[in-house]
Amino acid sequence: MTSAFLSRSFWRGIAGLLLLALLWELFARSGLFTQALTPPITRIANTVWRTVLDGSILENAAYTLTRVLAGLLLACLVGLPIGILMGRFRAVERFFLPLVSVLMPIPSLAWVPLFILWFGIGEVTTLLVVGYAATFPVIYNSWTGVRAVNPLWVRSALAMGAGQRQLFRSVVLPGASPYVFTGIRLAFGRGWIAVIGGEMLANPAAGLGRAIFDAREYLDSEVMLASIFAIGVVGIAFERLVFQSIESRTVARWGMVAAAGARR
Amino acid sequence: MAQSIEARNISFQYDTAAGPVLAVKEASFSVAPAEFLCVLGPSGCGKTTILNMLAGFLTPTGGEILMDGNPVTAREHNRGVVFQDFAQLFPWRTARQNVEFGLEMRGVSREARRETARQFLKLVKLEKFADAYPHQLSGGMQQRIAIARALAYNPGVLLMDEPFAALDAMTRDEMQKQLTEVWQETRKTIVYITHNVAEAVYLADQILVMAPHPGTIRARIPLALPRPRDPLSANFVEMQRQVLANLTH
Ligand SMILES: Nc1ncnc2c1ncn2[C@@H]1O[C@H](COP(=O)(O)OP(=O)(O)OP(=O)(O)O)[C@@H](O)[C@H]1O
Ligand SMILES: [Mg+2]
Repeated sequence: MTSAFLSRSFWRGIAGLLLLALLWELFARSGLFTQALTPPITRIANTVWRTVLDGSILENAAYTLTRVLAGLLLACLVGLPIGILMGRFRAVERFFLPLVSVLMPIPSLAWVPLFILWFGIGEVTTLLVVGYAATFPVIYNSWTGVRAVNPLWVRSALAMGAGQRQLFRSVVLPGASPYVFTGIRLAFGRGWIAVIGGEMLANPAAGLGRAIFDAREYLDSEVMLASIFAIGVVGIAFERLVFQSIESRTVARWGMVAAAGARR
Repeated sequence: MAQSIEARNISFQYDTAAGPVLAVKEASFSVAPAEFLCVLGPSGCGKTTILNMLAGFLTPTGGEILMDGNPVTAREHNRGVVFQDFAQLFPWRTARQNVEFGLEMRGVSREARRETARQFLKLVKLEKFADAYPHQLSGGMQQRIAIARALAYNPGVLLMDEPFAALDAMTRDEMQKQLTEVWQETRKTIVYITHNVAEAVYLADQILVMAPHPGTIRARIPLALPRPRDPLSANFVEMQRQVLANLTH
């Protein structure tokens, strides 16, 4: 992880974004659509800046992020015990596996109308939509992670006198952590996707998804694009700042996964 | 502290998709307290299977194993195990924390743990790497950490599965010498698995020679060579020849 490497990959990433911006600009100025529908970058940037200044985009982003994190917490509370117990006990696995296999492929948005019937429009439904999307990666990966714990670790620990509880805490949990961590990370991504749909369909209060949906009524493509931009930026910022730093401090440091970019 | 081991007619059969594999057939042997036993044989003759039964990880499908007269169970605290595989160390713990594991399980205080870990890391000449994670160490170094870990909580029986097979010749000679010293100092019962004749003759009080398919004990050879042993002496070479004859005849 030399800084030379960091800066090179950083500039490559910037180059990719610039290319995308250029393509958009050509498209926007091509005259295929009126500029009211496809505003050029400068106007989008202006809107981003304006909504940052008046605080609305930040407020919306904060609402959305909070909902994702609440949903992720719910997913962990439900998914970690189920997944870990599935990995540890055959009986639990037999009970939950068919259930998980059937529910997992259903997009969480498919539940929105039902959730609205049951819980009405608002935070509960939004939370459930995010939680539903985020739970399955957590279950699946913690289940896999526990089963992937090297039997030699377990045997070593048993030989050294570890009891069941110590075995679980000092060997199974850390041994499964690369998978569990990946699961939580995927869950965040799933939740981040689900929350936008949940906000559009079921949440009249603030949020980036809501902002996009409301802007539709005024044909305000600039706010829509600015919000989409914010969704991407907040998502990647969280991924970088939180998940990557946790990863580099734990599983990557232990050599249990390669650090991002380390294979080059 | 040291325990005796007695194996009475033990067999082990793996059930695989392709049908049952008889890995060990009716093996009997006994190890006196503080005796150094080497199990010698070609690859696939059931050495690791025997070790896993002694450790309590596998239950014999026939016969029984007694340690100090009691049947072996999976939750036996009084043994240290060093596996053939490098991946036995806990990757999320530093070398020192790995060595401390057994002491931690016993509730030994932090200071005492540190001191013991330091001492055993020094024994395997890795005290400089106390704070390295296993993936930062070479295979041979990881294996030495595993040995330090197995010794650190002072088990009565040490079970070792080709622990030095992956080391270079010079380090291996050094480790063998150190192991002999540690054994003489701590008087543990050691069961040591190897496929190297010279290693067995250097280390053992008693050698079990095994033959494969199915794994059986072909010969039991007591060694009375005085220690420290000199691999270049005529007696040593003669002993090696004798063991080799049993292995290949
Ligand atoms: N988990 C297993 N499932 C099925 N068969 C096995 C298993 N482990 C070992 N065997 C079989 O049992 C026999 C003995 O294996 P074992 O690992 O005890 O040999 P070994 O003497 O330790 O060999 P090596 O010197 O190569 O380590 C082999 O023929 C092997 O194919
Ligand atoms: Mg083996």
